[in-house]
Amino acid sequence: MKTTRREFLHKVGLASVSGAALGASARPARASEVVRASPDALGVLVDIPNCIGCRKCEYACKEAAGFEVQPIETFDDKSVFEAPRRPQPHAYTVINRYANPEDEAKPIYVKNNCMHCVHPACVSACLVGALRKQPNGAVIYDAWKCMGCRYCMVSCPFEIPTYEYDNALTPQVRKCTLCFERISQEGGLPACVKICPQECLTFGRRSELLELAHEKIAAHPEQYLDHVYGEHEAGGTSWLYVAGQPFEQLGLLKLGPQAPPALTEAIQHGVFKYWMPPVAWYGLLGAIMLLSQRGTAGQVSAVAGEAAGLPVDTGGTARQHARSVAGGDGHQDQAGRSSVESESQRVVEETTE
Amino acid sequence: MSEDLQPMPAERKLLTPGVFVLFALMAVGLCFAAYRFMFGLSAVTNLDQHHPWGLWIAVDVASGVALAAGGFTTAALAHIFHREHYHVITRPALLTAMLGYTFVGIGLMADLGRYYNIWHPAWPTMWQGNSVLFEVGMCVMCYLTVLYIEFLPIVCERFIGNERFPRLDRVCALVHRIVEKTMFLFIIAGVVLSCLHQSSLGNLMVIAPTKVHPLWFTPILSLLFLLSAIAVGYPMVIFESLYASWSLKLKPEMHVLSALAKYIPVILGIYLAFKVGDLLIRGSYVHLTEGSAQSTMFIIEMLFGVVIPVVMLLSARVRNSPRGLFIAALLVVLGVVLNRVNVFLVSYTPPYTTTSYFPAIGEFAVTIGLVAALIFLYRVIVTYFPVISHPVRTRTA
Repeated sequence: MKTTRREFLHKVGLASVSGAALGASARPARASEVVRASPDALGVLVDIPNCIGCRKCEYACKEAAGFEVQPIETFDDKSVFEAPRRPQPHAYTVINRYANPEDEAKPIYVKNNCMHCVHPACVSACLVGALRKQPNGAVIYDAWKCMGCRYCMVSCPFEIPTYEYDNALTPQVRKCTLCFERISQEGGLPACVKICPQECLTFGRRSELLELAHEKIAAHPEQYLDHVYGEHEAGGTSWLYVAGQPFEQLGLLKLGPQAPPALTEAIQHGVFKYWMPPVAWYGLLGAIMLLSQRGTAGQVSAVAGEAAGLPVDTGGTARQHARSVAGGDGHQDQAGRSSVESESQRVVEETTE
Repeated sequence: MSEDLQPMPAERKLLTPGVFVLFALMAVGLCFAAYRFMFGLSAVTNLDQHHPWGLWIAVDVASGVALAAGGFTTAALAHIFHREHYHVITRPALLTAMLGYTFVGIGLMADLGRYYNIWHPAWPTMWQGNSVLFEVGMCVMCYLTVLYIEFLPIVCERFIGNERFPRLDRVCALVHRIVEKTMFLFIIAGVVLSCLHQSSLGNLMVIAPTKVHPLWFTPILSLLFLLSAIAVGYPMVIFESLYASWSLKLKPEMHVLSALAKYIPVILGIYLAFKVGDLLIRGSYVHLTEGSAQSTMFIIEMLFGVVIPVVMLLSARVRNSPRGLFIAALLVVLGVVLNRVNVFLVSYTPPYTTTSYFPAIGEFAVTIGLVAALIFLYRVIVTYFPVISHPVRTRTA
């Protein structure tokens, strides 16, 4: 049975070829998946050494988002800094406190919120386009489209999107919107930037903020390390940070320059390039179906004809008929081993040699 | 006169003690599911802001899809490669795939926060071609449709020749004829769609390189998912065929299953080679000795789910013994489930996270209830529809 061996090798070969194609198509495409920030993209520069941890931004954020908010005096409470906090469904931004190795009396405060990535993982992950990157840089959420699969939370390298697990009917993904509505108006500022008493936050075009950040670093090398966090991290972000300590010590993750979706999108677009790979795979399987049918045509014409869509005169009962033809020569002996069995084993032995 | 195998209704008693156990498990699962829909995910699950995916995604969805791979792998073998003596197992495998994917959808409904929007990916204005999950969702939806079409002839055969409703007989005969004539289109489509989404399911986690433990994170995760899905296809068919034979008191179809088992060490061996090669090339084998929960789970997954079954199935004695074959097949099945659980849960270690996730009792109850419902439906369908082949005495002309 030479045909069967050829078929088997064919199958193994196909698997490896398609695997290789998958790997190969991913590589050249990778370079083309680099997304650059739009020239109009806005952002915020955080000057970490200026922050005094007053948490006014937390208050303003809750108020702007329309959440229930305690009086502003309650935000003077410093006890919240004892344990690091993360954004919550009803707290889009949180300030964390870190010890200052140079001056114990002056702890360092770091604001955490959505970074509004240049090439956001959450936007790439969302299967219904509920999360969208706006031309002005904001990544915003449309609850009406959302299915609540929470893949955005899985994908975000900064662990920003949060979920209303306790809402049974209309739970939402919650995260900072960069005050999209406000900044869409002429002269509008994000609520946190507007309230900041220390001018720790600067709102503007991302490209100009990057220039400003590098100017600050050049003017005060004793105060800042030569690293703008967000310039390259995870493919670049709209929020940028400058600080005097390494960012890993300030709760900001060390991330490579590649945007997380660059690789997945390259693989996916490679597999679907002009629809060629799936169509070719379909055609190839069809060809194998036809060819292998010819190989076994003598034995089981009815099944082959049925499966290949050729007219079969037995009509509706072709399948049953074919099955009795296929297994027809196998009668059971007393040990329960039929001649079909020994035949099939012999065939498989040949193919797996 | 000779003895042939022909698919026909099993016509066994439906309400056995085992079935009542299934009912009890389903009832418990249903209670927790009802509680979830009334009071939200937080009322039943241990999901939190750092662990957005839990048992339902890892087992009900990811493992469910993998274990339904028997459908396309046997269809490819019997219908595309025309290995005709495997025809007897295509119908049970098709039924498993159809029920498996149906329950993937049902399980997903419990997990989705806005389950009533489950149809959104199919709506063209919401298509999002960059999303790996969109690709998975679309392929699963299309494949489920293909599976229902492939199953139509089995439903029709049940009613062809029905004397009480002659119109039903005529409609069924017509549908049967149309579907059988175009079947080859659906069979190939089923294989293509399966290859696409089985691999994309692995690509899902590639978007989170900083959160997935290096033992599992690899750019070729999609290829590994595809290979492991193909590798688990035949073991799943063998496992359920032997299980159904014992449960329904039929003679095990060893003449087919033993032959089918010969493919497993080959496919599983290729998967193992890719896994080992990946560890070596990325240099992530250094994490094997770190003694963490992740390294332990990885070793268990590879040893019991891949290496041991490969060694077992290389022996003809194991392949020819129903018990040995059952154990080896079960190991592969559990190994692939463990792989999916590992990739989606155990390996998922986001950097800011200080806590770890372990499923709540309610999550287990819903998952077990769904599995019980699947087994029960499988039993109902093989009882009343021509799925499992039985020996019949036919006159050969």
